[in-house]
Amino acid sequence: MGIMKRLGLNFSWLKKIFKKKKAKIGIYGPPNAGKTTLANRIVRDWTGDAMGSVSHIPHETRRARRREDVTITSNGSSVTLDIIDTPGIATKIDFHDFMTLGLPEEESKRRAKEATEGVMESVKWLEDLDGVILVMDATEDPYTQVNVVIIGNFEARKLPILIAANKIDLPNSSPARIHSAFPQHPLVPISALDGKNIDLLYKEIAEHFG
Amino acid sequence: MDLISEEKLDRMTSMEKVRLILDEVRNGKILILEKGLTPSEQTKLIELTMAEIAPDDFSGIEIESYPVKQNENFLTKLFGKTTMKTRLTVIGPASQLKTIKKNKDLISALVSP
Repeated sequence: MGIMKRLGLNFSWLKKIFKKKKAKIGIYGPPNAGKTTLANRIVRDWTGDAMGSVSHIPHETRRARRREDVTITSNGSSVTLDIIDTPGIATKIDFHDFMTLGLPEEESKRRAKEATEGVMESVKWLEDLDGVILVMDATEDPYTQVNVVIIGNFEARKLPILIAANKIDLPNSSPARIHSAFPQHPLVPISALDGKNIDLLYKEIAEHFG
Repeated sequence: MDLISEEKLDRMTSMEKVRLILDEVRNGKILILEKGLTPSEQTKLIELTMAEIAPDDFSGIEIESYPVKQNENFLTKLFGKTTMKTRLTVIGPASQLKTIKKNKDLISALVSP
């Protein structure tokens, strides 16, 4: 390199070609697992912004959102990622479910239609990612078909999976149940809401996706 | 309820499988696939299901299966290629098939007329 500098040669184009591609990491999971709460926390902690609104009503996130160049540093390791917060994946969406949560009929139907589009968008994004943070609700049964499908997709393509066992602030949460269901993947028990163990998650992200 | 054999599924392309499943489920049938779907077939099925959901007509599907298994023997390890073993799968209309409990070794579901 020194010789090249002395010769006045500029090989920056070569660097660009061989530079490691920045990883695109999707935040996936079933509806209401806490994906956007986690995305907001990550993006707020490392950039000062937020990604989207959250709600107790499922399918609040109905469009995927990408935040570029989020640099996470932990224990001397550093990684720059594009974070994609995705709508929850589901196999069924019934507008009546939104009505039982208090939404008017028209709004429920509109939300259901947008939610179906959001699920399709999430599925499309699967093909463009380099890894996934799979957010699971630690108070729920981990063997949902959505979890099985997402894990199966990434395992088939040999891409890294990091499981965030969320909602450990709730008394009936059980990250151990998730670990016994998917022992082949690293898991961090967290509360995206109150930030518990979030530093552990950053350490795993920096090591796992770096 | 229809039970579809592994041989029949092997003769079909991914798109044919997904189309058959959706058409039958939309007609109110519950299908048991002797050999399940690959992860990419399952995502294709979810995608097409979403496109067909309509208020008061079709609210989606319920799928039940266990995670796929990786076939890793000496030769596949040597050549760096692993194959997936898909597993028995039950699919039905979300309005008629409801999962009660699912764990490592047991899936309990409720079928309503």
